[in-house]
Amino acid sequence: MSAPTATMPAAPTAGDGTLGVVPGTFQQAMILSRYQLRDYLRSRRFVLMMSIVAVVGGLLTGLIAYFRPAGVIGSATDMYGTLWGTSASGLILFAGIIFGGDAIAGEFQNKTGYFLMGLPIRRATVYAGKYTAAVAAAVVSTAVYLAIIVGNAVYYLGPGAFSDGSALLESFGLAVLYLLALVGFVFLFSSLFKTSLYAVLVVAVLFLFGFSIIQDLVVGLIHIEPWFLLSYVANTSNSVINYPFVGVPAHVSHSPLLGTTYAPGYAEAIEIMVGYLFATALGGLALFEREEFS
Amino acid sequence: MAPSIEARQLTKRFGSFVALDHLDLAVEGAVCVGFLGPNGAGKTTTLKMFTDLIFPTEGEAFINGISVQRDRKRALASCGDLIETPEIYPSLSPNEALEMSGALRGMRPEEIRDRTRVVLDEVKMTEWADKKVGKFSKGMKQRINIAASLLSDPDVVILDEPSTGLDPRGMAEVRDIIRGLKKERRLIFMSSHILSEVVDVCDRVALLNHGKLLFSDTLANVALRFDGGVRSVEAEFARPVDDPVVSGQIASLPGVSGWSRVDASRITLSLKADGDSRAELLERLAALKLGLVSFRESRSALEEVYLREISTGEGG
Ligand SMILES: Nc1ncnc2c1ncn2[C@@H]1O[C@H](COP(=O)(O)OP(=O)(O)OP(=O)(O)O)[C@@H](O)[C@H]1O
Ligand SMILES: [Mg+2]
Repeated sequence: MSAPTATMPAAPTAGDGTLGVVPGTFQQAMILSRYQLRDYLRSRRFVLMMSIVAVVGGLLTGLIAYFRPAGVIGSATDMYGTLWGTSASGLILFAGIIFGGDAIAGEFQNKTGYFLMGLPIRRATVYAGKYTAAVAAAVVSTAVYLAIIVGNAVYYLGPGAFSDGSALLESFGLAVLYLLALVGFVFLFSSLFKTSLYAVLVVAVLFLFGFSIIQDLVVGLIHIEPWFLLSYVANTSNSVINYPFVGVPAHVSHSPLLGTTYAPGYAEAIEIMVGYLFATALGGLALFEREEFS
Repeated sequence: MAPSIEARQLTKRFGSFVALDHLDLAVEGAVCVGFLGPNGAGKTTTLKMFTDLIFPTEGEAFINGISVQRDRKRALASCGDLIETPEIYPSLSPNEALEMSGALRGMRPEEIRDRTRVVLDEVKMTEWADKKVGKFSKGMKQRINIAASLLSDPDVVILDEPSTGLDPRGMAEVRDIIRGLKKERRLIFMSSHILSEVVDVCDRVALLNHGKLLFSDTLANVALRFDGGVRSVEAEFARPVDDPVVSGQIASLPGVSGWSRVDASRITLSLKADGDSRAELLERLAALKLGLVSFRESRSALEEVYLREISTGEGG
């Protein structure tokens, strides 16, 4: 009685009326990231991030104006080394989590993915476009922070603030590389969970406690270099972002107080960050490709 | 090339639960197919596999001959879709959301501008074009979603209960939009619970229950399938009619096999299956001078077939 398969004879049609020829992958990723970035810049979390930048930057500015510590305002290298080099990685961590945490998870949780994924676009393109936007938003925040510090340097040192411009650029470049790796890492967790909060919490806990505990255990108990931890390059005491100002510390050092400690070499730090960038991108994308909107 | 969609042995299991069971369905040409079935039948599951939101356990879905599973980008290029009620990035305005959609589809800026104006006008959202979507009501968002699915003037339109969340006027507007779409060369595949809407706009229906396709046929054939003719009528009176009056005077009229009450002044009469006795019944009912004001089929043929097929499937 019922016919499970039914085919209608072709009705005459007026030809393929669909408008547009779908752009290439790269172009689509750029288009998507443009609208994503617009969404970020208007979002409450961008306001939050900017407030943090303003508070931290304002506090630094105020403290220096009040105490005028000679060791800080004496030279450009000292200024950037203390103000920027040791704090940038923390700020980047915050920006990465704020902008990347719900980038993928939010598409499922907030159902915005149903709008986006109905379009003729590959999942990898969506991932790349969203990654680019999150990185851009985080770079903007970081650049504003750096601008506040450079502003201070110009105030105290005049043109001397740029006496070692290449170190400043190099440090910013390292900061961006760290940011790329970190946002990649955050995206991996954002793809792992369909709830943004979990992604944010897991990454925050890992970076704030988890990694340092692992690092302490690995170094203290089995005495090997913790090169497999992204936080290894961002340890505040020897943050790689600070290398252009303070130089590269000894690879291994022993002290009666701290025991054995490791610091990554310059090239090694870059390898770690690039490694993380690729590994997390591949992992996160593999997860996202298999995730269902249900 | 005529637009087409096809499901080949399309199956979806969630654990051991079979949400869709080897669906074979092919539709081609400028037709509107109503995809029917009770809650949980597997309609959304099917449409999600057609748009690559979820992945089949077995089988494949094709749009215009291109496998959605193998090449989502190419398959969805000529397809506009609306599954469940998607959210749009809240900080974007309808204009910006449609601009993003159009740009990702490769439409030229002036095409996007022109089409945005047309589709927003169609869903009556022109005056909201530059407001942030985040503050919109559910129905307003749904209107924008409908507009977005039509933006590129696609060949194939896949809609999952498009009138969910809309007010009565909105539902009527959606019906008009779909009727308008049909005039051209499009294939529309639309799930719905509103049978009157389906009767109104669709040419074909496919009925799903417990993940299995019960039938797929033209509406005209569905009416034929319903061989017994009209089975029940609803009669409305200007004043209340008491039970004794109904059982004494109305239920005994020729052709009536039973009755039930809708409210004080409305009753449903079941008709005997042998031949169409409606004309005679109407005359006799009017002759009773109980104040008869309306007399009509209580269910459409589609409704009758729907209920019968579903209960057969249930083993009832
Ligand atoms: N992610 C999932 N995990 C487990 N079961 C699921 C999942 N998604 C859907 N199902 C089940 O699959 C069946 C079909 O669901 P589906 O949403 O396709 O029904 P539907 O026909 O669209 O119903 P409705 O008319 O209520 O929208 C339901 O029983 C549902 O519980
Ligand atoms: Mg559904």
